Amino acid sequence: MKDDLLWQIAISFFFTAIISVGGISTMIPEIHRQVVEMKGWMTNEQFATAFAISQVAPGPNILMMTMIGWRVAGWAGLAVATLATIIPTSIIALIAGRAEERIAHARWYAMTKRALPPLVVGLICASALITAQAAITDWLGVVLAAGVAIYMATTRSNPLVPLSVVVVVGIVAARFGYF
Amino acid sequence: MSQGPSDPKALPYVSHWELFTGFLMVGLFGFGGIAAAIYHVVVERKRWLSARDYAAVLGLGQVLPGANLVNITAVIGDRFGGLSGAVLSLIGLTLAPVLILVGLATLYDQFAMNPDVIAGTKAAAAGAAGLIFGTGYKLGKTILDTRWSLFFAALSFISIGLLRLPLLGTLAVLAPIAIAFSFWRGQREG
Repeated sequence: MKDDLLWQIAISFFFTAIISVGGISTMIPEIHRQVVEMKGWMTNEQFATAFAISQVAPGPNILMMTMIGWRVAGWAGLAVATLATIIPTSIIALIAGRAEERIAHARWYAMTKRALPPLVVGLICASALITAQAAITDWLGVVLAAGVAIYMATTRSNPLVPLSVVVVVGIVAARFGYF
Repeated sequence: MSQGPSDPKALPYVSHWELFTGFLMVGLFGFGGIAAAIYHVVVERKRWLSARDYAAVLGLGQVLPGANLVNITAVIGDRFGGLSGAVLSLIGLTLAPVLILVGLATLYDQFAMNPDVIAGTKAAAAGAAGLIFGTGYKLGKTILDTRWSLFFAALSFISIGLLRLPLLGTLAVLAPIAIAFSFWRGQREG
């Protein structure tokens, strides 16, 4: 039932995108809940690997959703996952963009803009926790994650720099039997 | 659209081709997300929007559902090229990164049994989790400036991260409370 699977992907991804605020970081917990916990389309380990690969590639972080779609149902899954994630919310944005002048002066807009960011910070931290639980299996993983977190928190550099360093450290550590 | 040359809001002319190639560049140069790349191309390099107008569009993207920066791409594409401009901008943004991503994943699959690749991927996955922690910390440092904002951040973290409750229910409860609270505070401050 391939068509059925594609429909489920479409509904899952559309739903996740349309209820999230703050981008991919807030989508990760929800898509993890649906894809790994509820539907069992991927294991925790596959989820973590997909996330790692999508972080190394250039482009919008939202490509994590594309990657999941591809892993679950091939090229058709890729197309459905990407479109379901991007198109409906883009249409909403486009309509809002045309009314920007009016929206920008509305009182509720200023209040919403002040109210949402703290919630988003909480969601990003939740996302970090869920990704860490999927990706980290031993003490070296904890050290590597902490290293990248501290580096990112204290510098303004490109994330590819710390990620490349951790990959090299991981490979060397594994050769010496520590990973 | 009857915007005369004296209109301060008049936009520069941007062709569909320029929109496509501009966002192609954003996609290709955006490592670890496109936030910096989109600003660089749209404001600094092409000067399609002033920093101020860009900030307004970005602010709008932040209260709308979905992927903020993808949404902004649609809004900017629409502003300069209408619906077809929006579609071309989105294709420009996503096409190359999707192909690179699939290439990377295919390459990974070829060597998935190699012990170095296994160790490297495991390390990258742990590092990627650290990446989100770092981003959360950095954002939190600027956003969580009151006890109340810290309180709301803690609530959404506990609900999603620890209790693993669905996002819909969490936001349906917390967002209206946070907005109502922000209204109440705004009123008190005058």
